[in-house]
Amino acid sequence: MIRLRGVSHRYATRDVLCGIDVDLTERRVGVIGANGSGKSTFARLLNGLVIPSEGVVEVGGFNTRTDGREVRRQVGFVFTDPDAQIVMPTVAEDVAFGLRRLGLSRVEVARRVEDALRRYGLAEYADHPAHLLSGGEKQLLAIAGVLATEPSILVCDEPTTLLDLRNAAMVTGLLAELPQQVVLVTHHLDLLAGFERVLVIHEGRLAADADPAGAVAAYRKLLA
Amino acid sequence: MNSSVGQSLGLGLYQPGGSFLHRAPAGAKLAGLAVAAVVMLRISAVPAVGIAAAVTMVVTAAAGIPWRVVLRQVRPVLWFAGPLLAFQWVTAGWERGTIVVGQLILLVTLAALVTLTTRVSAMLDSFESVLRPFARIGVSPTRVALVLALTVRCVPMVAQTYAETREAQRARGLERSPTALVVPLVIRLLKKADAVGEALTARGLDD
Repeated sequence: MIRLRGVSHRYATRDVLCGIDVDLTERRVGVIGANGSGKSTFARLLNGLVIPSEGVVEVGGFNTRTDGREVRRQVGFVFTDPDAQIVMPTVAEDVAFGLRRLGLSRVEVARRVEDALRRYGLAEYADHPAHLLSGGEKQLLAIAGVLATEPSILVCDEPTTLLDLRNAAMVTGLLAELPQQVVLVTHHLDLLAGFERVLVIHEGRLAADADPAGAVAAYRKLLA
Repeated sequence: MNSSVGQSLGLGLYQPGGSFLHRAPAGAKLAGLAVAAVVMLRISAVPAVGIAAAVTMVVTAAAGIPWRVVLRQVRPVLWFAGPLLAFQWVTAGWERGTIVVGQLILLVTLAALVTLTTRVSAMLDSFESVLRPFARIGVSPTRVALVLALTVRCVPMVAQTYAETREAQRARGLERSPTALVVPLVIRLLKKADAVGEALTARGLDD
């Protein structure tokens, strides 16, 4: 479970999040809001990439401030731009990158890499240069690299923003089938169909917390 | 797959295959390359260059790497092989020129063969093994290996950012303004470096 208590955050003198109190237990949680509303900072709080200026963020009982390693083992993070996330030159090596850091044996790393590439439709690209993949394939690789480490929670910060409709649908379909808890930050409101809960962040505050229809209606009202 | 700047730079690097060179350990290949370099640099007769070239061609053929792929790696050297040959010919004679240029091209070819038949991760494992004794004095072999991996990874990223910035500069009619190229390029690269750092943390590097 993800728990935020009295969470506020500021960059220099600018407050980006104020007094967030929320428990996230649902398997599919959406986060929406205008540009600069604080939703990306909210996502980064969940795996300790950002430590709150005030308040506490806990994941599975671990505090992001003091237990960053344990938190990041539980929470995988997918960025908007997969180019920033892909570290190694070839597809298979990049999936192996995160696994090598877990101290797994070479045989286990190879097994998980092969499994991840097959599951996410990248097996034929195993030895291809990662930077030559299409945008959608790169995002699939970024997701495969994260999921190969078997996190229990996946946080995605606008993973479809740079993708065309076909690739966005491919990534969306993949996210929909995952057994993990998924927290999805997005501007694409149609991706939230089927989600159990959607948070609306507006000017750093939790402005609405409802089912997709209720949250989207509140969001439209805020921007009207 | 995209055709991109990286491809035009010949940064495809590893070519999958099952040859003896592909199967050989990365450390053995690097050691072999070092020995080949020492032997090559001791060549002092033109016929010996011919023999070295024949051996290099046999090794290349046995590795199963297409000739055009090998030539793409060697091509950058050919730009100054001509002037170098001419200079050596004038100052030291045609034999010396042939030997020097032959040594250069053959060594680059052999180095390319090592790169084309070795996964970067295998290369990094070798570096990690070599650097392990230095851990006692505070050097982290894993981090050094990661820096090398990131260097390889960042070349196409920087090239692509340059190409995009150059395109934007032209679109604004500022192709003669160095400021319109350098300022946005540096800013974009710093932002990308920041994003890569954040992603490395997210993937557990700081742990």
